[in-house]
Amino acid sequence: MRHEISILIIGLFVVLSTASVTAGILSMRAPKPLSATLVNLTQRINAWWVMVALMTVAFFFGRYGMTILFALISFAALREFVTLTHSRRSDHWVLLGMFGIVIPFQYWLVWTAWYGLFVIFIPVYCFLLMPAITALHGDTERFLERVSAQQWAIMISVYCVSHVPALLTLDVPGFEDRNLLLIAFLIIVVQGSDVLQYIFGKLFGKHRFSPTVSPSKTWEGLIGGLVASSLLGALLSFITPFSPLQASAVAFVACTMGFLGGLVASAIKRDQGVKDWGHLIEGHGGMLDRTDSLVFAAPIFFHIVRYFWTV
Amino acid sequence: MSKLALRTYTLLQTATSVGLSALAWAVTGVRPIWNGSQPSDRQRIYFANHTSHGDFILLAACLSETERAKTHAIAAAEYWGKSRLRRFIAEDMLSSVLISRQWTSEAEHPISIMLSVLDQGHSLIIFPEGTRNTSDELLPFRSGLYNLSMARPDVELIPCWIENMSRVLPKGQFLPVPLLCRVVFGAPVTVAPGEERRAFLQRARAELMALNPRPDRDD
Repeated sequence: MRHEISILIIGLFVVLSTASVTAGILSMRAPKPLSATLVNLTQRINAWWVMVALMTVAFFFGRYGMTILFALISFAALREFVTLTHSRRSDHWVLLGMFGIVIPFQYWLVWTAWYGLFVIFIPVYCFLLMPAITALHGDTERFLERVSAQQWAIMISVYCVSHVPALLTLDVPGFEDRNLLLIAFLIIVVQGSDVLQYIFGKLFGKHRFSPTVSPSKTWEGLIGGLVASSLLGALLSFITPFSPLQASAVAFVACTMGFLGGLVASAIKRDQGVKDWGHLIEGHGGMLDRTDSLVFAAPIFFHIVRYFWTV
Repeated sequence: MSKLALRTYTLLQTATSVGLSALAWAVTGVRPIWNGSQPSDRQRIYFANHTSHGDFILLAACLSETERAKTHAIAAAEYWGKSRLRRFIAEDMLSSVLISRQWTSEAEHPISIMLSVLDQGHSLIIFPEGTRNTSDELLPFRSGLYNLSMARPDVELIPCWIENMSRVLPKGQFLPVPLLCRVVFGAPVTVAPGEERRAFLQRARAELMALNPRPDRDD
């Protein structure tokens, strides 16, 4: 596995360095003051350096590192989601439980690889018990809106996100002790697809995909991004249990889900009247702005691998 | 106090202030929005909306460490002076200044206590609503803000809107829900020449309310 990891790290270093140099040259040539797009581009690339460094560190701590990292990502994402949506004073204990019980318990289930409860704890137990607690409090004002927002908050920020470290619990024959590479594959392909869609959109974007939801998404960006990230998937098949063709197919599905995740996240933000989920990551917005695609891709990727590649 | 005890005491106070600000950031990701004023070492009275015990910790977390060391929150003696532990937390750990709502002697007069803090060159955090607010609207302001400004016209009055704290730590709860908070610092408010007390207080209240970044929110 050491061999594959070295290649990944060198590859990411080369890509990021190229991006930084390109942005530097563009900024040097551009008229001053720099345009907002160029400033934002530099911020985004700088943030990518930090994110890649953090992921690499977590990677070296293996199962511990990944579980803790994604529990923290869930925390940041849930905080952004709950902040944005409506809640009332009487929801205090339910909200506390989402942070204090649901996140730790879901990640404990990931840690102990208790698959049976991992897949149903939130969609069954939390789904039924949380509105029951809210009803017991007796406050019916905008009841359905409040409990729906709570369900969505934990499904998106905790349940979906926890499927990334859960990849470590899968038993893929012939791929023992190398599951970390599945996480690397998923993240590189999905986040890479975001970047590629952004680049293709900026270079060739003409026809808007959905002007009412997200004006920045274009057909050219989508198609270019998906084709390029499927190729990226094939290129990365050497770190996976997939053949190159399978890898590009899996990457295509994951990135399509990622695109839809971004679209749904945009619709929620638009409905709530904000542009970004938060300000945690300079140039990108909040945690959910960066992870919305991963959120939608992770559970599907998890189940594809589980269904077709485990015994 | 001996020299050593004094130094330990100051060290403990600094550690508490840094620790609390770090905690406020970890829980609420608090960040200041300077919308009409800038961070400065000028002597100031920060006045803010009040919904939670965490309010002044959040506001203080938005100031630099040197500013924080010479900024004191005004708190109610009826609550914070009730037991020795509470008084220790409020006065020694949080370096806030306690005033009594039912003062009897001239020395206990809230305005003279606040003026004596200002006369040491320090800044204040006050909550002119006078109590933690559980309604959607700001309560009418008490006159302290006006009296302080008349007595010390050189001190800047900065309105500060603290967002979301009513959801993080509502009145009557002791465990905070980690939600994102912002503190919006507005342009200084001054008493216009000949302006009446009530007119000024209403204007200051309106200036504070206008800082709310999401006024259409109803939670």
